[in-house]
Amino acid sequence: MSISIHSISKNFGAYTALDKISLEVPNGSLTALLGPSGSGKTTLLRIVAGLDFPDPGPGRIAFHGEDVSEVSARKRGVGFVFQHYALFQHMSVAQNIAFGLRVLPSAQRPKKSEIRDRVMELLKLVRLEGLEGRRPHELSGGQRQRVALARALAIRPKVLLLDEPFGALDAQVRKDLRRWLRQFHDEIGLTTLFVTHDQEEALELSDQVVVMRNARIEQVGKPQSVYDQPRSPFVYEFLGNVNKLHEGKNVRYLRPHEIDVLFAAECDPATDVLARVHHLFSAGPIATLTVKLGDGQFIDVELSRKQLDELSLSVGDEVAVRLAARTV
Amino acid sequence: MRHRSATTESPWVRRLLIGVAVFIISVFLLLPLAAVFAEAFRKGWEIFLASLHEEAALSAIKLTLIAAGISVPLNTLFGVSAAWLITKFRFRGRSFLLALIDLPFAVSPVIAGLVWVLLFGAKGWLGPWLEQHDIRIIFALPGIVIATMFVTFPFVARELIPLMETQGSDQEEAAIILGARGWQVFFRVTLPNIKWGLLYGVLLCNARAMGEFGAVSVVSGHIRGETNTLPLHVEVLYNEYQFSAAFACATLLAFLALVTLGIKSAVEHLTGHQSSNHQ
Repeated sequence: MSISIHSISKNFGAYTALDKISLEVPNGSLTALLGPSGSGKTTLLRIVAGLDFPDPGPGRIAFHGEDVSEVSARKRGVGFVFQHYALFQHMSVAQNIAFGLRVLPSAQRPKKSEIRDRVMELLKLVRLEGLEGRRPHELSGGQRQRVALARALAIRPKVLLLDEPFGALDAQVRKDLRRWLRQFHDEIGLTTLFVTHDQEEALELSDQVVVMRNARIEQVGKPQSVYDQPRSPFVYEFLGNVNKLHEGKNVRYLRPHEIDVLFAAECDPATDVLARVHHLFSAGPIATLTVKLGDGQFIDVELSRKQLDELSLSVGDEVAVRLAARTV
Repeated sequence: MRHRSATTESPWVRRLLIGVAVFIISVFLLLPLAAVFAEAFRKGWEIFLASLHEEAALSAIKLTLIAAGISVPLNTLFGVSAAWLITKFRFRGRSFLLALIDLPFAVSPVIAGLVWVLLFGAKGWLGPWLEQHDIRIIFALPGIVIATMFVTFPFVARELIPLMETQGSDQEEAAIILGARGWQVFFRVTLPNIKWGLLYGVLLCNARAMGEFGAVSVVSGHIRGETNTLPLHVEVLYNEYQFSAAFACATLLAFLALVTLGIKSAVEHLTGHQSSNHQ
């Protein structure tokens, strides 16, 4: 089901958390709400879930065209995975997953055997077979997250909402789980909206990135297009490392990998400038070079190890730098 | 020294500190407790049992149990509601309410008793009206219950508020999103998470309810066999130089304290064990 967000505002006293936000989350998509802390992304997610309510006014939330603005969180039918999972500590994994089915009114509640089957099916789906008897504190961070996911899916939600799904995990687990979640989403095809402050995560995982800043949406688009055609300096800076080059009144934005480095003897005055190598960092497949321009500005350049080896540079060498990017 | 660290003191300092602690605990805590039991049994088992079987003593025990039996459940209910309200919601006047809950701790128990005499006593604000309708509050059971409730009000709430504060509302929100109704959220999620803290709060509340002297003394009127609770009865006996009987009744209160502490440390051991398993 698609999610339509129309003109949602939220103020906490004098503080504006959301300022007339409108957004379409297409059916079956995986959409990232990306922004720094305080940009309003978590508030927006909570409003979609029905945990918070927008300011009175024209603001509307609809799932697949059906207005759910006045529907309580209890009846809205969303799956929600909390940042710290919010698993019920005193219940086993199986009891956690079954919770949403057990609290149904008796007329709608499935039979015990059906609930057990559904729990087993979900455990298999999130690859946690055999752990149904464990307590949450006996699980690793990645396992807890998958229990939270299974619990959210047990009620067959219309949409899935995730708040900083990888925020509380180690770097390695994070990468694995990110890949797994993408694959998982492709299998079940549930419309998913997740909040993150990590641009790499948003770009790698999602079909659509929504960049937020100061209670407003800055830009919406496919990861590639948002990265390649940032609409504002903020998006440029937020989506990855960037050099800000001051040229008179203008500021030029250059991504480190968009810059070429050549031997000083090959310098073409039309496109290149001379610079001196200030710092070299070459552990890993990508080498980072900091060069100092004639006017004293520093820029970072990313090169492959191969390129760096061919240039055989060391600190203090003079090089030609080709600046091939645009002004925003 | 095997586990030397920056915070480890030299052996002499440690021995001195341990010695001081043992001395203080012995003199101020263990000695009086031992004295109570020694005095109670000085004239033998028979006198001890007889002092407890005496009519006034039995009536005092009964009154104490009734007063605690009414005020502890009610204060448990109030305490859980207050803690729920204060920790799960943000509203105007929240910090004022928080301070108000502590009021009985801040007020001298004598004042806490006098307040009720002032309100319900014969010369109090509502005195004449109560007299007309033949309702007795002061120098009767209702007064004793009200005074006990006032003094023991903070125990349950005070125990639960920090606990519920650290737990936050995440689990409740998760339960709501999964379709749970209010009472299901409370009984299936909130209550299991706070049960040990709640038990401890109830125990403390009960110990204080049974042991309260000051406030109850003011409203009770000391009518022997009628409005004397156990602590008041001990005082009466003591003033009448019936030391063995006084101490025999005192052992009941001391025993109550020991049981409370025993359960408390058992609970702490249990929950401490649990929380150390968290990661």
